[in-house]
This record gives sequence, structure tokens and C-alpha cells, in this order.
Amino acid sequence: MNFSWIQLVAIAPEIVLTIGACALLLFDLVIPRDQKDKLGYFAVGILIVACYGSWKLANVEADVFFGMFTLDPYATYFKMLVYLAGALTILLSMTYLEIEKIHLGEYYGFVLLSTAGMMVMVSAGDLIMVYLGLELLSISLYTMAGFKRSESRSIEASAKYLILGSFSSAILLYGISILYGIAGTTNLKALGTFFAANPLDNPGLLVSMGFLVVGFGFKVAAVPFHMWTPDVYEGSPTPVTAFMSVAPKAASFAVFLRVFAEALGGLKPHWQPILVTVAVATMILGNVVAIVQTNIKRMLAYSSIAHAGYALIGIIVGGGLGTMSLMLYLMIYALMNLGAFGVVILLRKGGMRGEEISDFTGLAKKNPVAAVIMLIFMFSLAGIPPTAGFVAKFYLFMGAVEAGMVWLAVVGVLLSAVSAYYYLRVVMVMYMREPSGDFDLATSPATSLALVITTIAVLFLGLYPAPLIDATKAAILQIP
Amino acid sequence: MTEAGAPLLSLVVFLPLAGALAALALRSADAARWLALGTTLATLAASLPLWTGFDRGTHAFQFIEEYDWIPTFNIHYAVGVDGISLLLVLLTTCLSPIVVLCSWHAIDKRVKEFMMAVLLMETAMLGVFVALDFVLFYVFWEAMLIPMYLIIGVWGGPNRIYAAIKFFLYTLVGSLLLLVAMIALYVAGGHTFSIPDLMGQSYPAVFQFWVFLAFFLAFAVKVPMFPFHTWLPDAHVEAPTAGSVILASVLLKMGGYGFIRFCLPMLPEASALFTPLILALSVVGIIYGAYMALAQTDLKKLIAYSSVSHMGFVTLGIFVFTVQGIEGAMLQMINHGITTGALFLCVGLVYDRTHSRQIADYGGLAKTMPIFATMLVIFSLSSLGLPGTNSFVGEFLVLLGAFIARPAYAVVASLGVILAAVYMLWMVQRVVFGEANPKNGRHPDLNLRELATVVPLVLAVFWIGIYPGPLLDVLHVSVNHLIEQTQGNGGALAALSWSEIWGFVRSAFLS
Repeated sequence: MNFSWIQLVAIAPEIVLTIGACALLLFDLVIPRDQKDKLGYFAVGILIVACYGSWKLANVEADVFFGMFTLDPYATYFKMLVYLAGALTILLSMTYLEIEKIHLGEYYGFVLLSTAGMMVMVSAGDLIMVYLGLELLSISLYTMAGFKRSESRSIEASAKYLILGSFSSAILLYGISILYGIAGTTNLKALGTFFAANPLDNPGLLVSMGFLVVGFGFKVAAVPFHMWTPDVYEGSPTPVTAFMSVAPKAASFAVFLRVFAEALGGLKPHWQPILVTVAVATMILGNVVAIVQTNIKRMLAYSSIAHAGYALIGIIVGGGLGTMSLMLYLMIYALMNLGAFGVVILLRKGGMRGEEISDFTGLAKKNPVAAVIMLIFMFSLAGIPPTAGFVAKFYLFMGAVEAGMVWLAVVGVLLSAVSAYYYLRVVMVMYMREPSGDFDLATSPATSLALVITTIAVLFLGLYPAPLIDATKAAILQIP
Repeated sequence: MTEAGAPLLSLVVFLPLAGALAALALRSADAARWLALGTTLATLAASLPLWTGFDRGTHAFQFIEEYDWIPTFNIHYAVGVDGISLLLVLLTTCLSPIVVLCSWHAIDKRVKEFMMAVLLMETAMLGVFVALDFVLFYVFWEAMLIPMYLIIGVWGGPNRIYAAIKFFLYTLVGSLLLLVAMIALYVAGGHTFSIPDLMGQSYPAVFQFWVFLAFFLAFAVKVPMFPFHTWLPDAHVEAPTAGSVILASVLLKMGGYGFIRFCLPMLPEASALFTPLILALSVVGIIYGAYMALAQTDLKKLIAYSSVSHMGFVTLGIFVFTVQGIEGAMLQMINHGITTGALFLCVGLVYDRTHSRQIADYGGLAKTMPIFATMLVIFSLSSLGLPGTNSFVGEFLVLLGAFIARPAYAVVASLGVILAAVYMLWMVQRVVFGEANPKNGRHPDLNLRELATVVPLVLAVFWIGIYPGPLLDVLHVSVNHLIEQTQGNGGALAALSWSEIWGFVRSAFLS
């Protein structure tokens, strides 16, 4: 396989995003302070262009740049997911940034760059590319977490994320290097062939696999590598939290699955028990600790930990159904979690921080529309039909039962019942308590648009998920 | 199978949903009330052709509609009714206008939202009874929790938040295990969620055991069977009148319906295995509910515990596996829906006037509110099973069936009937007769709207009590078929025994 210019077509969407991000930084210099919104819309435009590019490439399957970069429907599906998450995040950010007086053009640049990083991750055909994409993503996120420069919580979040994130990246890299030492390659497909042919009993392999679990476990916030999540989620600007909780998580799960199924698929009996333990611990800790939270961002942080536990079931089950249910889950989770954070963002106005659960008290009386939207997202996160959250969990549990792990499904559903308690608490304070004061919501056309999109999607996919299921089915990762 | 020309069942199920969506556009409370009333009446009218057009000579599902829903997993939108579900559908459509009427003035804040919740409830409840696809069934089954949670939690009494969350979590835990069991059936039953298809198969005995356990939890919470009943008194007491009526009349029926629709035909061996346990719990529930009812000072709590007792007859009737028992259980469900719903209505009627549910605050209502007193006496007599009223027929059939198959349980259960007479008559005596309690004040008797809510129920009480034939006609073929299914599937295979289960459990945990 030789290098040819035509291969650049395969990475055209990534190129568009990177150039767009750079152009955005230049435009930032000439756009007046009170019109930074335009940069946001420009960034959304860039995402739409890139999305169009990926759409055109949807049916192409190719390994380019010496197997470094893989273009397949699986990657394209996740690219669509991160475009959507990126665009919704930008729509949710504008008013918030204005209110917090941190409306700087770089913000949108970082959203685009981190999106590019995630796209590299999901398309990586080589562990080195995985690492490159991960770092591009992480460095953008470290900066975004600390974007509220004047607030110590935000700085703390950023610093914490940077230090712990660097550690985990290093551990991941170490794992990759050991793997290279054993197999002599970092190419995922070559690794797959190697381990299929030589089922090694090399103890180094276990160490390396452990390191990979640590690295990816950190990125998806699985227990016991979740410690950073609540603090970082709480301290970061809310739209950044929303973004972090869905897009990087989805992209990390995408590579998690690709690496473990494609490169280490032959070693499944070795890593499956590790992941089962991690998944159960993650579901239990996330759901139980979420109950005692009073800050809604922390609660959603623990809920996102719990959801990572559910998503891990998809990797554990593997195969067609496991992959499909994971892809479905991550897309639906992205929609409903962005929506829930969207309502939290609405509450941030004037002197109101809107970050305590008690801040939602009586919302249904003062603003029934916002309350009913939040109600839909809460029930969806709890997995109650007829919302999309139910569909997402349904197929994960179906996968577990189909794979003969009924007990895992039982643990999962019982912890869903636990989760209903803390999601319902939000509904309860909104609907069943009297409001103490007036609500002044930070509504704007952009935020409303984002909330309308997510609400309709959550209801529509709850009632008629067939189109999305077909899309995931067509995009299942093909393991040779 | 008869194919209906028009999608009649879908119309019945989704008309209330359409009404709820239309209510979104309304501004005034009165408009919402009239819209809800109109919608529920239209639904009732739409459901009448089901009664007239129903073929009583076949056990097959009728008015079937089937469309692809999620083809990848062989999930369909499939609805249909047989004799068993038809009666419950009609019960729901008949009671819904009454529910709307009884909350006409009782609900005075957020009226539009309340009516929307009631209409959404109606869609979900009807959906549960007509679904022929397990996923569809489950979606309706769970979706019901959301409006009910809001009805109790937003419009309920002082301790409503606790009651609402307790109701929600109790039911949710049971339902979620049902979900896993349902998926397990899908995997074992050849990757189909179709309820008729899943019925026609036989499953390994140990598999049946586990699935039954999950089903049992889900349905026993809903019925509710002793000892899973503790959410019921709380929910009933705190719920507004309309919520209590929905809960008592329709929601509790879903547990019984689940046992009849799923456990018996799909898991006959496990059903046989669990029979002694369930019969014992039923009888304990009958006696315990009655004793608890004796001790209550709160009218709603008294009726709530009497529900536990009456629903014990339902599970008793189902699990004696005789035609009389199951038909009796079905009638008992309908009757309980009518009578207990009516009793909650009556409590609501006086509560609207006096704002008290304490028995001690009443007395001598026969003098101040004669029409109301007459109604209360009629429904109380019906509740204790006086011959000539509806409950007599149901309880009599259940006990008859039980005497044929399991006389010992029948004897104990009969005590429940006597206790019912004690607590009901005592309540009537304290509330209706005697000296007028000064706390009553002078309150107007029932007005026309209130009469419109109770009179249809009085008629139903006597109609079923005197001439239950039409109802039994609808049930007969379906119940006979059910018994055949239960025995046919069970008889062909070796019976499941506890020692076998124990051996399995031991080997699973000790190996």
C-alpha cells in the first residue's frame, strides 16, 4: 500500500474540521466582542460540512495511510454521533458563555479540535493513532474544563483532569508498548491475526491488557478509575460537562470495543472477567452514590458513571448484538444526557446558579414546558418506556441474556430501579414542591432548538426505534 | 381468527392519547374537563362494538391488528382481545368517564395536566389489556407508572410524596424482573415476542421456575398479594379520589390479568409447583386484609385493606385451576373494580364536603344525606357479597371452584366473607346510622353530576348480581381453553417438584 494523494479524501472530514478550527481562531480576531455568537454558528456550519463529507463516505470501507486510518461504517456511525453532540453542545453554550462572561472564540475552536480528536480515535487502525486522537481530545478538554478562568472550581477541575488524565494516558501508552514488545506491531488488525494464531500465555500480556483497561476505563469513567469524574463535572462550565459526559465517552467506548474485539478478540476469555467485575462495580457505585448527591451536576456525573457500567455490558457481550446495543445505547445516552444538561443550563441566569437539585423546586408551576422536558429526560435516563432510554437498556439486557449472562442483566435491572429513585427526585422537586421564588430562564433560540431536537429524538426513538436500530445494524464492526 | 375491518382496538387505545395531546392546546380548566369527559365517552362508545361484535364461540384472539414495529428483533405492534381481556377493556372504558366526572370540582389546581394524566393512564391501561406482543405489553405496563406517579404525587394528600415514590419503586422492581424474564422467554421461545406464539410452547422445567419467580414478583406487587401489599394503603390514602378509583378498579386487575394471561398458559408446571404457596398467600391475604380493615379508623384505609382481602379471592380462584375458580376470579376482578371503585367514589363525595376521612367524624348521614347514604349502603352490601349483588356471584364461584379442588383453603377463605360483613356493616353503622355527628355539619346531598358518577355503578352492581350470564358467556370459551392449555402443556411433561428445584439450586451454588 503506497501513499497517494487520493487517500486524503478519506480524511477529508477531519481536515475540514481542523482547518475550520484554525479559521475560527483567525475570525475571532476581527469579530467584535458582542457578536461571538456568529463564531458558534460558524462552528456548527463546519460540523455540518464535515457531516456531509462523512455521509458521502458512509459506504466506503478502506484502510489508508499504511493501515493507520480505517474508514468503515462503524467509524462513520460514531463520527455522526460526535458531530451531533458537538453541534448540540455549541447550541447550548452560546447563552451560557455570554452570561458567564467567558464568550471567547477559542471555545468553539476547542470543540472542533476535540471533535477532530474523537474522529481520529474512532477511525484509528493502529494503537498509535488511538493514542494520538485521545491526546488531541484530552488536551482540548483540559482547556475547556478550565474555561471559567475566574472561578477556582473550574481551575481545580482542569488541573485535576490534566494530572489524572496524563497519568492514565501514560499508563495506556505503557500498555501499548508492552503489546508492541510481545506482538511486534501496533496495527489492530495485525494484532488480531497475531493473537488468533498464538494464544500466548505471556504474563506480560495480562499486564498490558490490564493497562489498556485502566487507560480506557479512565476515559469512560468506569469504577475504580472514576475518581476524577464528579469533581471535574461539577467544576467545569455546564456545557463543557454536557459535552464531556457524552461525546468523549462515546468515542472512548468506540475504541475500547474496537481494540478489545479486533486486536484482543482472541483473548476474550482473559479480559471478559475483568470487564464483568468493572461493569458491576461501576453500576453499583454510580447508582448508589448518585442517590446522596444534592448538586445536580454531581448527580449526573455519578449517573454517567452508572451508564458507563451499563454500556460495558455491550463490550462484554460482544458480537453483533453486543456491538449493536452498545452503539444504540451511546447514541441515545448522548441525546438524553445533553438534553438533561440543557435544562440545567437554562437555569443559569442572573444570580441563580441552577446547579443544586433544590434549585428546580416548583419549576413545573413557573415553567411547565421546561419541567416537562426535564421530566422526559429523567424518565428516559431511568429507562422507563415509552422513552428512548428504555430502548437503549432493553437491547443491552437482551444481549446479556442472549449471551447466557442472565445474572448480569438482573444486576443491571435492579440497579436501574435504584437509579429511578434519584432521577425521580428531580421530578419530585419540580412537580410536587411549591416554588420559592420566580424562575428566570436563560432561554434563547439556540438553546431552545437544541432542547427541541433532543426531546423529539428521545420520544421518537422511544416509540419507533427501528430506523436507528437499522442504522446500527448496518454499521456493526466487522471482525475478520 | 377474525380480522376486523376497521382498526377498532387501536382506535380505542389511542383515542385517550389523542385527547391528551389535544388538551395541550387548551387554556381554560373547564375546556380541559369537557375535553376529557368527551374523550372518555367517545372511547367508551368506540369500545361498545367490541362487546356486540365479539364472537363468543371461539377462544382465539379477535379484532387482531398486526404491524411491524422493530423488524430486526421480530417485535410487532400486535393487539387483540379474547374473552378475558375484553371484559377488562370494557371495565376500563366504562370507568374512565366516571373518573373524570368525580374529579370535576375535586381537582381545582392544574386541571389540564390532571386530565392529561388521566387520559394517558387510560391509554396505557387499555394497551396492557389488548397487547399481543410482549414488548408492547411491557411498554404500556411501565408507561403507566409515569402518570400514576404524578397523579398521586402532585394532586394527592399531605404525605403524597412518600406514597408516590413507594408506589413507583415497588412496582418498578417487580416490573424490571419481568423484563428480564420476558427476554429470557424470547430467547428460549424461538426469538419471538408474540404472546400467542410464546403460549404454544413448552419450556424446560427449571427455566419455568425462574421465569415464574420473576413473573410472580411483578404481578404479586400489582395485585397486591400479601406480603407485597404495603404500598397499597399508602397510595390509596394519599391519592386523590380519581387516583384511588383508577388504582382500585383497573390497576390492581393487571396483576390478576398477568397471572391468567402469562403464568398459567406459558408456565403450567411452575404454576402447579407454586400453587400451594400462592394459595396460602391468598388465604393469608384474605384474612389479614379483613382483620386490618376491622382496625382502621380512616375510611380510605379501610377500603384499601378490604381490597387486599378481595384480591386474595382473585388469586385463590386463579390458582385452583378449575373453570369455576377462574371464571369466578375474573368476575371478582370486574366486581371489585365496580364496587371498590364505587366505595372510593363515595368516600371522595363526603370528603369533598367535610374534608375528613376519619370514621369518627361521621355519623347519622342517613338523616342529612339520604341519597348518599343509600348509595353507600348498597355498595357496602355489594362489597360484603350479599346475594343479589355482583360480588356474591364472583366470590361464590371462586369458593365453589376452591371447594371442588382445594376444600381446606376454601374453608379458611370463607371466613373472609364473614369478616367482610363485620367490617363493612360496622363501618356503615358508624357512618350512616346513629345520631348525626355535629362535625358533619349540614351538607347538601348528592347533585346531578355526582349522581351520574354513582348511578351507573349501582346498576352494574345489580345487573351482574342478578343476571351475570352475558359476562360468563364472554368468558366461558376462553377460560375453558386456558384450562386446556394449562393441563395440556403440564400433563404431557413430567411434573416439576421442589426437590428437583432444590437439587438444581444446590448444584448451581455448590459446584
